[in-house]
Amino acid sequence: MAETATKDKKAGRVAMPEQDPHVRARNFLEVPTGYTVKMAQEEAARCLQCKKPACVTGCPVGVDIPGFIELITEGDFTGAIRNLWSKNALPAVCGRVCPQESQCEGKCIVGKKGEPVAIGNLERFVADYEREHGTGELPPKAAPTGKKVAVVGSGPSGLTVAGDLVTKGHDVTIFEAFHKPGGVLIYGIPEFRLPKAIVAQEVHFLERLGAKLECNAVVGRTVSLDELFEQGYEAIYIGVGAGLPRFMNIPGENYVGILSANEYLTRANLMKAYEYPKVDTPIPLGKNVVVLGAGNVAMDSARTAMRLGAESVKIVYRRSREEMPARNAEIHHAEEEGIELFLLTNPTQYLGDENGRLIGMECLKMELGEPDDSGRRRPVAIKGSEFELACDLCIVAVGSGANPLLTSETPDMALNKWGNVVTDPATGKTTKKGVWAGGDIVTGAATVILAMGAGREAANSIHNYLSLGW
Amino acid sequence: MFKIVRREEMAEGTVILNEIEAPLIAKKARPGQFVILKANEEGERIPLTMAETNPEKGTITIIYMVVGKSTALFRDLAVGEGYMDVIGPLGKPTHLEKLGKVVCVGGGTGVAVLHPITRGLKDVGNDVTCIIGARNKGLLMMEEQMRNASHDLKLCTDDGSYGHHGFVTDVLKDVLEKEDIKLVVAIGPVPMMKAVSNLTKQYNVETMVSLNPIMVDGTGMCGGCRVTVGGETKFACVDGPEFDGHKVDYDELMLRLRAYAAEEKKCLNDYCTIRDAK
Ligand SMILES: Cc1cc2nc3c(=O)[nH]c(=O)nc-3n(C[C@H](O)[C@H](O)[C@H](O)COP(=O)(O)OP(=O)(O)OC[C@H]3O[C@@H](n4cnc5c(N)ncnc54)[C@H](O)[C@@H]3O)c2cc1C
Ligand SMILES: Cc1cc2nc3c(=O)[nH]c(=O)nc-3n(C[C@H](O)[C@H](O)[C@H](O)COP(=O)(O)OP(=O)(O)OC[C@H]3O[C@@H](n4cnc5c(N)ncnc54)[C@H](O)[C@@H]3O)c2cc1C
Ligand code: SF4
Ligand code: SF4
Ligand code: FES
Repeated sequence: MAETATKDKKAGRVAMPEQDPHVRARNFLEVPTGYTVKMAQEEAARCLQCKKPACVTGCPVGVDIPGFIELITEGDFTGAIRNLWSKNALPAVCGRVCPQESQCEGKCIVGKKGEPVAIGNLERFVADYEREHGTGELPPKAAPTGKKVAVVGSGPSGLTVAGDLVTKGHDVTIFEAFHKPGGVLIYGIPEFRLPKAIVAQEVHFLERLGAKLECNAVVGRTVSLDELFEQGYEAIYIGVGAGLPRFMNIPGENYVGILSANEYLTRANLMKAYEYPKVDTPIPLGKNVVVLGAGNVAMDSARTAMRLGAESVKIVYRRSREEMPARNAEIHHAEEEGIELFLLTNPTQYLGDENGRLIGMECLKMELGEPDDSGRRRPVAIKGSEFELACDLCIVAVGSGANPLLTSETPDMALNKWGNVVTDPATGKTTKKGVWAGGDIVTGAATVILAMGAGREAANSIHNYLSLGW
Repeated sequence: MFKIVRREEMAEGTVILNEIEAPLIAKKARPGQFVILKANEEGERIPLTMAETNPEKGTITIIYMVVGKSTALFRDLAVGEGYMDVIGPLGKPTHLEKLGKVVCVGGGTGVAVLHPITRGLKDVGNDVTCIIGARNKGLLMMEEQMRNASHDLKLCTDDGSYGHHGFVTDVLKDVLEKEDIKLVVAIGPVPMMKAVSNLTKQYNVETMVSLNPIMVDGTGMCGGCRVTVGGETKFACVDGPEFDGHKVDYDELMLRLRAYAAEEKKCLNDYCTIRDAK
């Protein structure tokens, strides 16, 4: 396909080379291996350079898509990265993990007749090219203002705020509960989808810019928000994510062999348990694995289990394929790697042996009924369709809520009924003076780019506050 | 790095004390809270209760029994060396209230965890009886500290080599028979906490235990530490670690603690083989 795509813009996109599914299903190396310069320029040439680019309206942070793509065609990769950076602090990450099909690429005009321009792949290419060939030169920084800002949480949202404010001359410290920075990018999204070296480099870049990082700092426990104010911080940004695992609440959920996706992925990614016993943290190795849920988190868990040597991995989801919330690319990759989809299936009970270890689960077949509040057709159980599914490991990936650890220690900050922080949507201001919030702790589990977008808006508001007042 | 400033061996070298520089944690910690420690880059995150804190000096003290690879690795850290990561204070602090006569029961390294709670209960004005037990005299720890932290200290050993010959529950039964006890705090191996809770239930005496399930983050984000209390699932790291002893499903906790038994055994053997070869 790559050879024929050069001229005909309606033809298919330049495919990014990938590791063979049979090989990669058992290793942790990144799956798509990246464009060459030639491939990138070929793909860039498919962009029509629209005067009113629809793609930009699909990007939550308004990346100048035709602009950076044109710079690729011109071979000005430094210009292209500058252009990207002006809207998006983490293009190497977003190029890899944004749900492009429902955002930028979903709106691309070329996609009306054929495959849309591969905006994500191009974004990744530019960022990778800069990482490998760039000068590492730091962007210009405003003169120091002497104002101290605390950022709580080092996920994409917190990192964006820190980057923006440090460039504006403020004295920024990031407080992170874990022993390593990066949030979900480090503990959640696996190495084969987002190499950790990339995240580490982004954080290192911020440190070179002058942002300070305090790991092992659980705000609400090690230090409270009010104590941070007493220490001279004038503004605080809360980007603590949606770190509260949800379970199914069905009988037998505490059998050994049932883990939340948070625990499973944290063991695998943050603690590098896939290298056990080279590292000390173990991870349960299932022969027959069931993953509950069908979002990116479920796909990541299933693909990790496969790489850890499972004989079978099944995704059990109560709705149909159309409703699966994961990125298309992840579902496609998972199926290629041999993961089976058990759709319209709902577990009702876990089965265990006399040692309290999981041996299977009982499920019901479902059919789709009337649309529910979310507009999706509600799954309804089919009477008498019970069946047993044997498994020795079950990973529960049915969503996550707001972790109350910090918010419950901060009674003067308003929360909604789900425990998410209430903010002014335009500025990210909370109801507590001097405190902003954004990302998953405000929206509930969402996307990297939305968390970054919220961070950028809050950073602007914090800068105004520090320069002009609340 | 979090530097070790003092190191002691107790209970015939099976239990180690480390005093560690961690000024922020020392300032905030209250009785009953724990920290998570990681020795080095490849290390596991291990929860241990703070047996003592010194806010002026900026140190915390942990006392741990060497049971597996990670605690064996901790044992091999010398004064001047340290932990790569120490996170805390975690968990809910003990609710300390003046109630009258209370009994604190400790077994094994549970005594270390019990120590600050005992002193706390005494400091708020309770009349504190303390019962501590071990398999034999050599394994009994912190006798002096526990004597100072309570009004009356009763000792027992399984083999009768010191103090009362028998289990802590025998001594506790005696006390429950004779006195009007308002609260029993029991901390130690799970079977011991279970036995104490079964006993106090007969006397209808409120009982608090401190649970030690397997943990990862200690902040409520993984759910690995879930325990069943009164039929409900709780996360021990944020909802606990202390719970109403009469409501805990101890059998489930014991099964869950064995989740990685095979891996742990191999890991410890490998570590000892490598270390002894050096
Ligand atoms: C497995 C998985 C796969 C995903 N895949 C995708 C994908 O492909 N594409 C996509 O767009 N999105 C994906 N997401 C969603 C995306 O990662 C999140 O929406 C995004 O990371 C939210 O960013 P954040 O900055 O709000 O929070 P997080 O990334 O969650 O970071 C929050 C940070 O705050 C820290 N913290 C929490 N409490 C405290 C405290 N009290 N004190 C100090 N620090 C604290 C946490 O340790 C964490 O490091 C995925 C999520 C998961 C879990
Ligand atoms: C809140 C809390 C406070 C604790 N306080 C103390 C204390 O003050 N002194 C003390 O001696 N012990 C304490 N423990 C127990 C201590 O954490 C374990 O003994 C230690 O983790 C064993 O690690 P290991 O690698 O040496 O042993 P392993 O070989 O890994 O395991 C031995 C035993 O420890 C348990 N264990 C293993 N990993 C963990 C983990 N990550 N978290 C919890 N348990 C685990 C296993 O179930 C097994 O029974 C506490 C545990 C908790 C949860
Ligand atoms: S940031 Fe995400 S949505 Fe925006 S252009 Fe890049 S890949 Fe598309
Ligand atoms: S809509 Fe498609 S073709 Fe038009 S500018 Fe955007 S990427 Fe290029
Ligand atoms: S240790 Fe992870 S939730 Fe308690």
